[in-house]
Amino acid sequence: MIFAAILAGGIGSRMGGTDTPKQFLTLGDKPVIIHTIEKFVINSNIDKIIVLTPENYITHTIHLIEKHIPKNDNIIVIEGGETRNDTLMNSIIYIEENFGIDDDSIILTHDSVRPFVTHRIIEDNIEAAKRYGACDTVIPATDTIVESINGTTIESIPVRDYYYQGQTPQSFNIKKLFNLINSLTEEESNILTDACKIFTLKDEDVYLVDGEVSNIKITYPYDLKLANTILEDGND
Amino acid sequence: MINIVYRLQRPKFFEEAIDEIELEGVVVRPTHLSICQADQRYYQGSRPAEILDKKLPMALIHEGIGEVVFDDSGEFKAGDKVVMIPNTPCGDDVCRANYSYNSKFRGSGFDGFTSDLICLPQDRVVKIPDEFNLNVSAFIELISVAYQGISKFSEIAITPKDCLGIWGDGNLGFITALLLKELFPDSKVIVFGKHQDNLELFSFADETYRIHDVKGIAIDHAFECVGSSASQTAIDQIIDLINPQGTINLFGVSEYPIPINTRMVLEKGLTIQGNSRSEREDFIGVVETLKGNPQLFEYLEKLITNICEITSLDDLKEAFDRDYISKFGKTILKWNK
Repeated sequence: MIFAAILAGGIGSRMGGTDTPKQFLTLGDKPVIIHTIEKFVINSNIDKIIVLTPENYITHTIHLIEKHIPKNDNIIVIEGGETRNDTLMNSIIYIEENFGIDDDSIILTHDSVRPFVTHRIIEDNIEAAKRYGACDTVIPATDTIVESINGTTIESIPVRDYYYQGQTPQSFNIKKLFNLINSLTEEESNILTDACKIFTLKDEDVYLVDGEVSNIKITYPYDLKLANTILEDGND
Repeated sequence: MINIVYRLQRPKFFEEAIDEIELEGVVVRPTHLSICQADQRYYQGSRPAEILDKKLPMALIHEGIGEVVFDDSGEFKAGDKVVMIPNTPCGDDVCRANYSYNSKFRGSGFDGFTSDLICLPQDRVVKIPDEFNLNVSAFIELISVAYQGISKFSEIAITPKDCLGIWGDGNLGFITALLLKELFPDSKVIVFGKHQDNLELFSFADETYRIHDVKGIAIDHAFECVGSSASQTAIDQIIDLINPQGTINLFGVSEYPIPINTRMVLEKGLTIQGNSRSEREDFIGVVETLKGNPQLFEYLEKLITNICEITSLDDLKEAFDRDYISKFGKTILKWNK
């Protein structure tokens, strides 16, 4: 089976000035998270969409989905975790308990605050996860990356051509991901901020899927303003 | 739902834009598109400035096929291959919808097919069989324009159809001549062109002539597929060679007004019929004709001169540039953007 996990567990500490997590703020005439879910709903290759939200937003999320995406029984809303990886793990446990995990099962994990993801990116993720077992959506880095360990002076300036900016989806063969997570030491678990890192830590290849510059993450108030502006501009 | 659209912002400059589509009708992911002269005129900026100002920014391309992603009616399955109909009627009319002022046309007034997804009403897509040649299917729209003109011709032609003349050795001339040969197997199909190299490709035609080397020929009906200022000499020659009460079927687009020898039109009692665009029945007619005559794909494939993989806006620009310097044939865009 093919699953999509929409990661909406974050409480948006960087958004400022609002108590509502950024995925529930309005973009155009719908909440950001609804725009994001719609992209996965219309993809018939995806069997189930698991939306992971903070506990106190589960009912709200269910109501939003009923209002904006009625007549759909492929969407499940469950509680996310403390960290991104806990949230991811919750989705895998849910899949294992409710559907079982076979050798071909794959999961696309996507930020709920990236509503501009394209159908092409999702399709490429499905294909790459099936073929290679793991993939990450990236775009070439445009700004020069500088490395500083002490936060005061530059340690090195890596060759930009070798660097990419990570987006989502990140997609995996679930069995492979599950086994790798279970093989992590506590020390390794603590340094994991990114699911693909689990694979690279264990010397497993992660295939690159071309992202889009427009596949932005709505992190700061400025991003939401920008997103609303480009949406209005395109609709003119 | 949010959708990404790739629009021509100004001549030679594409830009992505965010658009919203309703989840109503059929949502199609474009797979194979084809560049038309009309797209090229926008891209090159050769349309009048006031037209460019009015119509841009706009996504180009009105010839193309794709795969169904979603259909709220259940009529189509995800993965079905479909040809998309760019003409979009917006209200009833007494004329065919492709001539109605109430119709909108993609890539001319509203967004064409260069986007992540396209949302169309169910009757704006026609299913094509999986075994169809997809590169050729990309320009079914162009074939349907010829088909539409031929259908109208058969309704108005009252004199014999023993000898049909096609002027123009480009894409539309090739397609029109090929369809006429298929639909009127008892007629003699003669092609008149300027370029010997191109004329060599019309091996299915009964006769081909260079326009400066025509003597002692008479035709019953004519199909002008020349366009631009050159259509004047083509129409002059047609009026010379055509038998009384024949029909002249015009297909060629010109940016300039073309003078016509009306004296001889009157004397011969000729009928001139204009042709532009096409409607659903023409698309269905083409799909059925191709289904019944799969050998046509072999001929039509000869028209393809460029196949360009599009993964970026730079690729799209390069494809338009390559198409522009190609003297003959169609440029196919394998859409992976």
